[in-house]
Amino acid sequence: MGGCKRWPTASKLIAKEDITPGEADRFLFKIAPYVSFTASYAAYLALPFADGWVANQVNTAVFFVLAVLGLEVFGVILAGYGSGSKWSLFGAMREAAQVVSYEVPLGMCVVVPVLICGTMNLVTIGNMQAGWFTNWLVFHDPFTFVVFWVYFTCAVASVNRAPFDLAEAESELVAGFHTEYSGLRWSFFFMAEYGSMFLVSGLASILFFGGWHGPIPVFDILGWSYLQGEEGFRVLGFLATAAGCVNFMLKAVVGVTVMIWVRWTLPRLRIDQVITTCLKYCVPLAAVCFVFVVLWQVAEIPFLNDAMPVRAAVEVVEDGETGPDIVTRGGKSYRVAYGKGAVREAWVLQAERAAESVDETTPADEDAVASQVKRAGGAG
Amino acid sequence: MLFAALDWHQLFFALFALITCVFALAVLFTSNVVRMAFYLVISLGATSGLFFLAGAEFVGAMQLMIYVGGTLVLLIFGVMLTAQSRFVSMKTSAGDWVVAAGVGGCLLALLALVAFRVPAWSEPNADVANVALAESKTSTQIGLALSGIRVDKLDQPNEVLRSGMSGYLLPFVIVSVHLLVVLIGAAYMARTKIRADRIDG
Repeated sequence: MGGCKRWPTASKLIAKEDITPGEADRFLFKIAPYVSFTASYAAYLALPFADGWVANQVNTAVFFVLAVLGLEVFGVILAGYGSGSKWSLFGAMREAAQVVSYEVPLGMCVVVPVLICGTMNLVTIGNMQAGWFTNWLVFHDPFTFVVFWVYFTCAVASVNRAPFDLAEAESELVAGFHTEYSGLRWSFFFMAEYGSMFLVSGLASILFFGGWHGPIPVFDILGWSYLQGEEGFRVLGFLATAAGCVNFMLKAVVGVTVMIWVRWTLPRLRIDQVITTCLKYCVPLAAVCFVFVVLWQVAEIPFLNDAMPVRAAVEVVEDGETGPDIVTRGGKSYRVAYGKGAVREAWVLQAERAAESVDETTPADEDAVASQVKRAGGAG
Repeated sequence: MLFAALDWHQLFFALFALITCVFALAVLFTSNVVRMAFYLVISLGATSGLFFLAGAEFVGAMQLMIYVGGTLVLLIFGVMLTAQSRFVSMKTSAGDWVVAAGVGGCLLALLALVAFRVPAWSEPNADVANVALAESKTSTQIGLALSGIRVDKLDQPNEVLRSGMSGYLLPFVIVSVHLLVVLIGAAYMARTKIRADRIDG
């Protein structure tokens, strides 16, 4: 029955009177909700929901999502300033201080999966975690596990949710930056907030929890999933991808649920505590973990995934290339992960091989040079 | 039919270019600091749209992150540190207008001159089909070049020259240290000002 409640709520919000205070800067006041809303939802452009199910496959998707998401605060500041109210201005300033500080550890945490995968393409990062759940980056080593929690804390702070909802702080600031808003404009702010909650949770699920890959690769074992470089449509392949989408949504919804749950559980922090959490705990923790993840990568220390008989996502094959499903290297079998999208960033140059063929390179040979540039290192 | 007939790329280019220019002018003709910053953000955001349209996604995201985000911080500090009264408005004197017009005009003339001097920019590419779009889209080359591996210069025939080609790391670090110095200086100046005020008050 609860599901029906949203319709009267929505119609109430639409029908409510939209009031602009007399003291307000009318233009900024009116446009601020749309700025927040646009920034929050524009980031979905680059967020993949399953392998290849993405509106626009950006090579630097992680960076794009963070850059666009960071603009959401702009709407909040405009709202706080444009309202012409002290509560709103205080709320906006708190939000500004908080978001600017939390973007630092958030960025540091996001760099860790990017570093391990060698790409900023979210589709490729997701595909590199194919296989069993041990291949998820959160289980890559103990430090990524810590990094995930730091990421989640910073994500909660950067989307302005409790216990970091100082910009609203209804016990002190009436309603913070949206004190003067009513009706549909108010709900635009909240659509933006919930939109970014889902977005950061979805980003967490791709960066740390394998994205659209379930804990057990059921569809890979059944052989339903699309093979590498496979063109065209198969019903079973479509089903496998759709199940991947459901996987992704479930993980993201769990993240959102935890955020709501935390809001009910924890009291609000003071502004100095918020900044202390960020600068004294999150930043050093993220930085130390970053260094140790690098060392872990360089030393190639085995972890959970190496105990598995079949490993995943060692070789990422170029778009359109075909090859065997499982390759054997040095007595160990590796599953091959296939990026439906471009994986060029993951390549590390084998300079001497490319240089050898430079002399006889003609324009037609450039593809041959490119295909010699293969990804090296990684989990191998 | 109409949708197919339209050249969406050109349409969006015109749209973003128009937004960029109109809001750049709006920055010029507004007196309210916060509105100015808002127009500047829109103008810079539309510029990043132009980058995305050109397939330079990394540069576009950079533009959003650095310029738009930077303007945001500028706005915050502008309001927090300078605004004594609400809706502060700036009065620009005639002298400032003249100096600014002179400097801006010189820069514009220089840029226009340079832009029309590059032959590849004024003539249409005859071989449109073979433009290596996919290659230009990746940030690998910049990333590798930062650490000293110049993928873009692999066709250098001379072995000695190829191994000795430097990366971008050193200039990058020098620039960032400069920025750090500027930041520390700004913070120092802001602090001392507040202290002096306190002593006076």
